[in-house]
Amino acid sequence: MRHIISVLVENEFGVLSRVAGLFSGRGFNIESLCVAESLDPTVSTMTLVTSGNDAIIEQVLKQLNKLINVIKVVDFKELDYVSREMVLVKVNADERSREEILRMVEIFRGKIIDVSPKTYTLLITGDEEKLKAFLTLIKPLGIKELVRTGPIAIARGDKVIKVKEKHSEGGGEGNG
Amino acid sequence: MKKTGAQIFVECLKMEGVDTIFCYPGGATLNITDVLSGSDIQQIVVRHEQGAVHASDGYARASGRVGVSLVTSGPGATNTVTGIATAYMDSIPLVIFTCQVNTMLIGNDAFQEADIVGITRPCTKHSYLVRDGKDLARMIKEAFYIARSGRPGPVLVDIPKDITSNLYEFKYPEKVNIRSYQPTYVGHIGQIKRAMKEIAASKKPVLYTGGGIISSGASAELVRLAEVLSIPVVNTLMGLGGFPGNHRLFLGMLGMHGTYAANMAITSSDLIIAVGARFDDRATGKVDEFAPHAKIIHVDIDPTSISKNIKVDIPIVGDSKNVLQKMIHLAEQGGPEFKDYHASIGDWIKETEQWKNDYPLTYVRNGTLKPQYVIERIYELTKGKAIITTEVGQNQMWTAQFFKFLKPRTLLSSGGLGTMGFGFPAAIGAQVAYPKSLVIDIAGDGSIQMNIQELGTAVQFRLPVKVVILNNAHLGMVRQWQELFYEKRYTWTCLECTPDFVKLADAYGAAGYVIEREDDVDTVLKEAFRNGMPTLIDVKVNPEESVYPMVPAGAPLREMLLV
Ligand SMILES: Cc1ncc(C[n+]2csc(CCOP(=O)(O)OP(=O)(O)O)c2C)c(N)n1
Ligand SMILES: [Mg+2]
Repeated sequence: MRHIISVLVENEFGVLSRVAGLFSGRGFNIESLCVAESLDPTVSTMTLVTSGNDAIIEQVLKQLNKLINVIKVVDFKELDYVSREMVLVKVNADERSREEILRMVEIFRGKIIDVSPKTYTLLITGDEEKLKAFLTLIKPLGIKELVRTGPIAIARGDKVIKVKEKHSEGGGEGNG
Repeated sequence: MKKTGAQIFVECLKMEGVDTIFCYPGGATLNITDVLSGSDIQQIVVRHEQGAVHASDGYARASGRVGVSLVTSGPGATNTVTGIATAYMDSIPLVIFTCQVNTMLIGNDAFQEADIVGITRPCTKHSYLVRDGKDLARMIKEAFYIARSGRPGPVLVDIPKDITSNLYEFKYPEKVNIRSYQPTYVGHIGQIKRAMKEIAASKKPVLYTGGGIISSGASAELVRLAEVLSIPVVNTLMGLGGFPGNHRLFLGMLGMHGTYAANMAITSSDLIIAVGARFDDRATGKVDEFAPHAKIIHVDIDPTSISKNIKVDIPIVGDSKNVLQKMIHLAEQGGPEFKDYHASIGDWIKETEQWKNDYPLTYVRNGTLKPQYVIERIYELTKGKAIITTEVGQNQMWTAQFFKFLKPRTLLSSGGLGTMGFGFPAAIGAQVAYPKSLVIDIAGDGSIQMNIQELGTAVQFRLPVKVVILNNAHLGMVRQWQELFYEKRYTWTCLECTPDFVKLADAYGAAGYVIEREDDVDTVLKEAFRNGMPTLIDVKVNPEESVYPMVPAGAPLREMLLV
């Protein structure tokens, strides 16, 4: 099963390598990973896509939570959510295909963001299904290169995934 | 007032109550060593950085306090890796300070630079690179807190040299506040009640306990619960000492070299109550056939341990001591659901006692010097009142089988990583923590050569550690596998050119003895144990002896090869 997981982490040096190292060290799948600062600049949001059976996903979530710099882990399987991904596609654009490309971009509400005598570079955003449909249709025209961001996701409605402040104990008690 | 990073470092250690540091110098430690030398923190200077970390680990395992080591950058730091990984696998609270090249040089392949935070990331609980001296005190405070709280483990702090000489405002943080780290100590009461219902309904319960009992200080609670409900107890290697080895309800260690009674009890049980144990493959054997008739209750402070190797019916996240206390409370109330339980438990106890009587741990006495005999004698001569460390291999397994550990923190052994060379420096660390105790490393002739250089440390700091080398002239445990599974092709495992240990001891200024016959065992051991010196005892044991019972790797626990 494919899962989109949101990981709120301290926006600190070295955190990304801890998360990446966890996946490689324990042999977990990682299909995509997207990281950037969140609304709170001390926190970064990592959105990652992984797959595995329930037992594996349970371990992924627990192991992520165990990392000291990880503040919160959310599996979007548990939630109603929306997700979007962005893709940049460089396609062959000759006399015959330009018209067709334009029509597709229009239908999928994309954009042409760069043009050369022989190519168009297209930008499309959408959920997984939409991007898949678009790429299937555009493929016969000749895709030269393709770059995707991997999805980011957010809960539907007024639900907000945020850090709640807690306080550790541990003041005072010495090494005795 | 402003202080140098080195001064701040030493102040922080004092505030943490650190009395001893295991260390080795280099260019990058100079500022710190200079300040440390004027402090009253005891500095045990070792001969190899691996020794420093294992010694701090032995100190921590024996005392329950955080073990502290300090080494230089580059090779000093990389030499600590095996020690750190050993502590990580066994959840031992350590803080390892490595020094680093100057901040400006980091990333430039500078002289003696190593990305030690990167190298140790998978084998530390957490780590810090101090990039700004104003964070130093906070990071040290957090490192100690993280190391000892929750599921304990090693934390590394990497300090660039320029930070140790620059001046910073020093204020020791009163409190630790890590919003992303909140270990769960208190077990969920609803889950605990469910667990008690299962226990009441069970006919063949077994307590399967590990190192978590020791790290949470829950031995007394374990004994109490076992006695109130008459539940037989099996231990993992890491759990030995957590339940008295001479208790009538004790069935011994389970697993690959476990007792017949322990492995049969697991196989026949209808309810396993796992506390502070993690279903390691050496303990479970073939995991699909582990406890085939049992439901499983699992108490552990680390949620990742639960349902990792084995599917659990009742998970309880929490500190062993906390959870056991609540279980005892409920068991002592003994509601009506326990009526049938107490009536039927006697049959189960009888069944387990039958196994103990029919197939006790044993070995053939045939006039040759048997390693098991030596361990039995060490137990008798010390009456179990010693801190025992082990190396890895047959020596470790025989110790686990034939020495009865009566109290927690009396067996210090590398369980998870199985690190040859651990036992001797760990014994040094334990001796530092308990200068008056008898500390004995039960070693193999192979393992002892992995950190033999620490004899210098023991002699220099007058640490009268005893090393009993069960010298079988082989890498015995590997030889045993070759005997059983590779048609006796003893490739690489005959140890040649082993030094004369008595001469070696003498060369270091330690005491050395040889034992070649059963008759000499008691006399020599008695003398060695009271000579007040670091001591090597070379015991020439029968090289053909193997460890039994043995469950071949990948087989279920009931398939034991017996003597
Ligand atoms: C550092 C390290 N290297 C290799 C091994 C693999 N190994 C496990 S037991 C063993 C043999 C140990 O020999 P010895 O110390 O003489 O103990 P014995 O089994 O003979 O009692 C070896 C090589 C290990 N556990 N640790
Ligand atoms: Mg040997």
